[in-house]
Amino acid sequence: MNGWIFILVCLAILIWAALCLTYDKRPRFLRPVTAITVLCIWVAALWTLIRRFTEGLGAVTGLNDAAPWGLWIGADVFAGVALAAGGFVLAATVHIFNIKRFEPILRPTVLTAFLGYILVAVALFIDIGRPLSWWHPLVMWQHHSIMFEVTWCVILYSTVLAIEISPVVLERLGLTTLLKLVKMVTIPVVIAGVILSTMHQSSLGSLYLIVPEKLYPLWYSPLLPVFFLMSAVAAGMCVIIVESFFSAKILKRGLESSLMADLGRAASIILFVYITIKFSDLIVRGDWDLILERNLQSNLFLLEMLGGAALPAILLSFRRARNQPRVLLAASVLVMGGVVLNRVNVCWFGMSVSDQLHYIPTWMEISVSLGSITAGTIAFFLAVHYLPVFPKTEEELPEAISPGSNTGLISA
Amino acid sequence: MNKVKHTTEMNAFDRRRFLQGLIGGTGLAVISPASLKAQSSTAYAEVPSVLVDVTRCIGCRACMRACKDANDLPNDTDLSEGFPDSWDREELRFDQWTVVNPSTGCNADGIEVTRNIKNQCMQCLEPTCVSVCLVGALTKSKLGPILYDADRCIGCRYCMMACPFEIPKFEWDGGMSPVIGKCQFCAHQRLVEGKLPACVESCPTGALKFGQRDTLLFEARARIKTRPERYINHIYGENEAGGTAWLYMSDVPFENLGFKSDLETAPLPPLTWEVLSKIPIVAGAMAGLFGTLAWSLNRRESLDSQESHNSQETPE
Repeated sequence: MNGWIFILVCLAILIWAALCLTYDKRPRFLRPVTAITVLCIWVAALWTLIRRFTEGLGAVTGLNDAAPWGLWIGADVFAGVALAAGGFVLAATVHIFNIKRFEPILRPTVLTAFLGYILVAVALFIDIGRPLSWWHPLVMWQHHSIMFEVTWCVILYSTVLAIEISPVVLERLGLTTLLKLVKMVTIPVVIAGVILSTMHQSSLGSLYLIVPEKLYPLWYSPLLPVFFLMSAVAAGMCVIIVESFFSAKILKRGLESSLMADLGRAASIILFVYITIKFSDLIVRGDWDLILERNLQSNLFLLEMLGGAALPAILLSFRRARNQPRVLLAASVLVMGGVVLNRVNVCWFGMSVSDQLHYIPTWMEISVSLGSITAGTIAFFLAVHYLPVFPKTEEELPEAISPGSNTGLISA
Repeated sequence: MNKVKHTTEMNAFDRRRFLQGLIGGTGLAVISPASLKAQSSTAYAEVPSVLVDVTRCIGCRACMRACKDANDLPNDTDLSEGFPDSWDREELRFDQWTVVNPSTGCNADGIEVTRNIKNQCMQCLEPTCVSVCLVGALTKSKLGPILYDADRCIGCRYCMMACPFEIPKFEWDGGMSPVIGKCQFCAHQRLVEGKLPACVESCPTGALKFGQRDTLLFEARARIKTRPERYINHIYGENEAGGTAWLYMSDVPFENLGFKSDLETAPLPPLTWEVLSKIPIVAGAMAGLFGTLAWSLNRRESLDSQESHNSQETPE
């Protein structure tokens, strides 16, 4: 019961945030509301962090011995990493598969991924019990642990992303020698990024291979790493679509509609394969009847698979739907929601026995999660404002951005 | 009877010596993948173990107090609150490494009975927590007990998530340097000095018996065989999660007493190692594939652009 209330509250907050962002311009009275909302979130998050670092995790989180991992791991880390998968997918598309027409949206995508990984690292720093020991995995090796591999991959891939995004800063500063150097290593770095991403995206699923009797059978599968990787790739593409859509709206840029439609089509194909494998796996393992149990887990599974995968996959498979920006956006948001729900399900609801939840996130945990999302969004638009992230296609671009539209969000 | 038991024990001892030689031959390949594969239980015959006879436990909780004294854990709560009618339920905590709680369940005849169940780290023979700990804060000592080193721990709590018996507990109010707490079999303080674990020493009824694993298994089987009307034919911990050093025998089916009954008999660490061990091959293959792909595609493009460049020049 509490779980449902929590989900509804979260949905309401998300819709509210989306409304604030989408209609920032239209009804004037909403702009101060946005600013106040963000400010409240940040104050709450700051208060939470102070208490977390002085008193401990127990003081601010709903975590306990029966539920050691909660919202910060499930939503901020697992879902955050999945949503940032667009970076390696698009980098591979442009630099390895040499499909250069995607180049105009590569930089904003890599920027999104880079910011995403910074937020993941921050979330991990907050969530691990002994933050000052965060460097231990670098020198104390235990290569039998999936976590060890994930840690190394995340650290290395963050470095890769930093190199991939560095031309943006170098161009701004006019350091042409360094820029040439980065251009030279781009392809090997991108290849390393693809390998590292494949490894840790799937390994986040492998983390749960060790709990066959704890994770609910609807989610536990020997194929967990495959599922995590596939859903992350689909979600990553949809994040590119959503991010482009909002950038176009807020920065008053043109939307690369044909590229977006292509991304939507690719996501749709991946989702269809994902759904097929997922259900085949359930049937082969003989646990498919759990779908019809009508308990919390089966309902959430259906919501995730039908609402967050099947529906958008079908929507995106129609050319006419894909070519309508609003439908494309809606389907992409659904995919993102589906993947977030999947990660939360694995991390939280799937690890709870029947309807009994051992863990409910506190408002303080939620404030930190929301705080990191808002901080990431604002950092993105700040970077876009000051750095050459988007290609300068139209010469009238500086005029097109009225000072108010940009600062409106930044000051908010 | 006594003689029979004695000779079988001797046989077991000889067989153990023989197997020990075999295993010794393979050396201390502790981190080799092979060591994570399922080994026959005879490989762990000498592991120091405890046999818990649930039927003999009176629930006095002397072991809980002894544990706290031996490990310098806070011993301020009144554990006998509510005695003798009902104990307050005690949970494992980072500073409470063993608990005894009454558990009510149906015995084989369908009659509801209450038994006192001691819970602590099972000291798995192939411990999941050790395999998942990314910094090696949890290690399996040569003797067998699984030890925790707070100085290595980063507090990620993957051990808590992964442990099939849900034993490791976290200091939630520990500020910046919380610790994981769990029974370490008194390895540091007592076992090395040749003493019994504190809980075993404190047990007044003989419900806890310390010994080598094969000896205890033999004894448990003998008890079951001689008194089949008293015990169910199941030694919990013999095969659960690949076998544990703590072994339980009971007159009530274990699942009715709240023991986890859905555990695999195979050890858990290979589940992740199977994936992990393939990563170098996959990564290498991907590097080769993408490298070739990027090189050939980029080369073709540069050739194309050169050609078009040339063809543009030639007409002039």
